[in-house]
Amino acid sequence: MMQHLLLVPIVLPLLSGAILLLLERRHKVRVLRVASGVSLLLLLAATLTLLARAADGGIEVYLLGDWPSRLGIVLMFDRLSALMVTTTTLLAIPALMYASAGWDRRALHFHALFQFQLAGLNGAFLTGDIFNLFVFFEVMLIASYGLLLSGARGERISAGMHYVVFNIAASTLFLIALGLIYGLLGTLNMAELAVRLREVAPEDVALVRAACGLLLVVFCAKAALLPMYLWLPETYARAPAAVAALFVILTKVGLYAVLRTGTLMFGEEAGPLAGFGREAMLAFGLVTMLQASLGVVGALRLRISAAYLVLMSSGMLFIAFGLALPGSIAAGLYYLPHSCFGAAAMFLIAHIVQRERAAVGDRVQPMAPPMPCLTGFLYLLVAVSLIGLPPLSGFIGKFLLLAAVPAQDTALVYATVLGSSLLALIGLTRTGTRLFWRTEEDENEDEGGQPAPAAVAAKVGRLEFAATGLLIGYGIAMTLAAGPILRYTTATAAQLLSPGDYVQEVRGTTPRMREP
Amino acid sequence: MEFAIASAVGVLVAGGVYLLLRARTFDVILGLTLLSYATNLLIFSSGRAVVGMPPVLREGLPALAENYTDPLPQALVLTAIVIAFAMTAVVVVVAMRNHADMRSDHVDGHEPGRPPPDAHTDADADGSPRA
Repeated sequence: MMQHLLLVPIVLPLLSGAILLLLERRHKVRVLRVASGVSLLLLLAATLTLLARAADGGIEVYLLGDWPSRLGIVLMFDRLSALMVTTTTLLAIPALMYASAGWDRRALHFHALFQFQLAGLNGAFLTGDIFNLFVFFEVMLIASYGLLLSGARGERISAGMHYVVFNIAASTLFLIALGLIYGLLGTLNMAELAVRLREVAPEDVALVRAACGLLLVVFCAKAALLPMYLWLPETYARAPAAVAALFVILTKVGLYAVLRTGTLMFGEEAGPLAGFGREAMLAFGLVTMLQASLGVVGALRLRISAAYLVLMSSGMLFIAFGLALPGSIAAGLYYLPHSCFGAAAMFLIAHIVQRERAAVGDRVQPMAPPMPCLTGFLYLLVAVSLIGLPPLSGFIGKFLLLAAVPAQDTALVYATVLGSSLLALIGLTRTGTRLFWRTEEDENEDEGGQPAPAAVAAKVGRLEFAATGLLIGYGIAMTLAAGPILRYTTATAAQLLSPGDYVQEVRGTTPRMREP
Repeated sequence: MEFAIASAVGVLVAGGVYLLLRARTFDVILGLTLLSYATNLLIFSSGRAVVGMPPVLREGLPALAENYTDPLPQALVLTAIVIAFAMTAVVVVVAMRNHADMRSDHVDGHEPGRPPPDAHTDADADGSPRA
């Protein structure tokens, strides 16, 4: 019975999404909130059980339909999958809390789409088949289009159009890569691919490289690496706050795929493709990080700077995974949940600020009267954590990554990471002082001196502050429990860097009831 | 046979990319459609291009690779067709909404050289009370 637990993170949200669709015709939104919340709590229980099981170091393989792994689709989970699924669930809880404070009334089918999004995310983290990964990417993206666009008008539709077209183009590229890979290697199972990549015929190497390169380009596009991030700030800044908070994990799916394929298929044993794409990822990661920190400095609205902070963490993780050392991967895996929670909290704070200052919104300009202390304090905590100042979790992640950089790369990586952190510090400090401290009237004069009552500040509910506080609480808990978490991520990195066990486990799992 | 499929894929991709890079949403949607046709052909041919062979085992026909065609690409292409079809529907709806709200078919939501219309600020995403 316990081996079926692996299915729960995918099947439970799918089922509850379907049930929510039925419920929403007859019942009040309060019923939907409770149902959605209960489903999320069950999901949390399942993922925590999975996390505890993965911590022992075992790799579990689940044969869908009981077909042997080379014929059918396999689901599998190891430490990395368990970590990603847990991060998703933990992030979904405050996002749902925040949405339940009022947004879900405005967006059609919000709760159902939210659950489908979770099903897609968890499926992408748990599958061991690369075509199945494509399908779960699509499930996740379709739900994200719905979440982004439901109830949208005007500018948000425009931003959504860019997002949809970009992602469809990326998915098409994904399919082309898959078609080439299947034609060349004759399998789509990741473990089987890893084996066959080792013995590619020399005359096929160039084509295989092209196909794998396309695959990496697609993953990097999802993770918003340098030339392919231009759609991100506008889309995320226009998305509703709760949705933007959940979307933070979407870029991490691309990073997960890069890490999974990078260690499994292009690891040390991969023969002609060993270490494929790593230098490029490192270089582009560095530039992305620098570019994103410039974006943080230049942002005129708090949401835009939150979107650039997401990009910055993407760049940081590309550096960590591009180096592909045990230390850097362990640091990256500690940094990944931290940056999810931090950036999501920033989106929520931007929305709170926007409503508390109805006249100017989250634009970075002072206004009277000053903001309430609580919002400012939350902003301070998130900013400190995201910039990487001690004592919060961002510092630990960045410090460990810098400590793991090998000697020949230190100059470049140190300069970029520290320089962009400084730029982010400057940007966020300026934003913070202008939003929360300065209360000058004269800068508002150019708005035509409109009287303040034109827009009444909306009341921000307790639940919304609780959601933001919960996200910050995760960050603080990660700081306090840094020791155990780091032991876990170090073990994860070790597991990832010895893909032999994984391949063995997938190939060795035999059907239970069927003669192969 | 191989030449015909390869050139069909090539022509479709070329047309698709060209249309995708144009500035009108209608052209972009056509471009995406052409690209997805090209992809479907490519996946379909990734099995092996053979004519008149069954994809499932038949009695009396020995189970050898030369007697059958690969069934997996057919399953893959079916998935890809369904997803591409659904995505095209989504993007058509978004484009129509975009056109209705922004009163322009341009992908940026406004004609080049003209400022975007000010009528619809995105009040609902901002969470500010509706007028």
